[in-house]
Amino acid sequence: MTHAADVPLWAAVPVAFLLLIGAGLALAGSIGLVTLRSFYDRMHAPTLGTTLGIGSILVASMLYFSILQTRFVLHEILIAAFMVVTTPVTLMLLARAALYRDEREGNPDAPPRRPTPVQD
Amino acid sequence: MKRWLPYPAIGLTLILLWLLLTESTSVAAVLLGTALACAGCGALALVRFPRTRLRRLASVPGLLRDVVVEVFRSNNAVARIILRPSRAQARRSGFVRIPLDMRSPHGLAALTCILTATPGTVWVDYDSSDGTMLLHVLDLIDEDAWVRIVKDRWERRLMDIFE
Repeated sequence: MTHAADVPLWAAVPVAFLLLIGAGLALAGSIGLVTLRSFYDRMHAPTLGTTLGIGSILVASMLYFSILQTRFVLHEILIAAFMVVTTPVTLMLLARAALYRDEREGNPDAPPRRPTPVQD
Repeated sequence: MKRWLPYPAIGLTLILLWLLLTESTSVAAVLLGTALACAGCGALALVRFPRTRLRRLASVPGLLRDVVVEVFRSNNAVARIILRPSRAQARRSGFVRIPLDMRSPHGLAALTCILTATPGTVWVDYDSSDGTMLLHVLDLIDEDAWVRIVKDRWERRLMDIFE
């Protein structure tokens, strides 16, 4: 692998900028995990890192390695696709587990009960 | 035809994924990718994965563009909420129950991905008996506004594509 110093300035600046944006969003998400109050609120915080955060880091990676190897490096697109498809699975699993527990324990955080269907 | 190639679109996608993963278009890569795609489609056929017909593919790029714009906008909004805890008192989060007209499982999966990919909204539950879904919104100002956003901005266009 070639060295980072071989990257020209016009490419190094956007790569560094994108990396900082991605890292900053991941940091904001982590801060949210600590500071937000309810479990359902905290569920939203890491999605910052899994959407635009990972997106900008992947674009930075594509840019960096495409310029270093002087060919298009595109397989980061796959990481993005798999992230988009798998994140909802984890979030739904967590949210529904919390929902089930809250309904059982009668916590006020739980959503209003469904209106029970009318029996004919 | 139907027996040997039950899911043409998925098979083609799998071949493209394989070529992208190996970063080569050599004959060997194409052959191996085709073999893997056939195996994958065969596995899907075994579990009786529901077939679908994609319609109005012309509206897909516009939808993707709107998703990307929305991802940027909502990332910004949620980051502001997290980094400014002083205004936490004014913010209210909560659940919204949204009645959906879409029944296609593929369309619902796409809607889940869109809503989860935009921070601030998480798809929590779906009740297939009456077709309502439960959405958790981080910054909930108006329940009816969210029902309109989900139905008009995303559901109607996904129904054009998947149903």
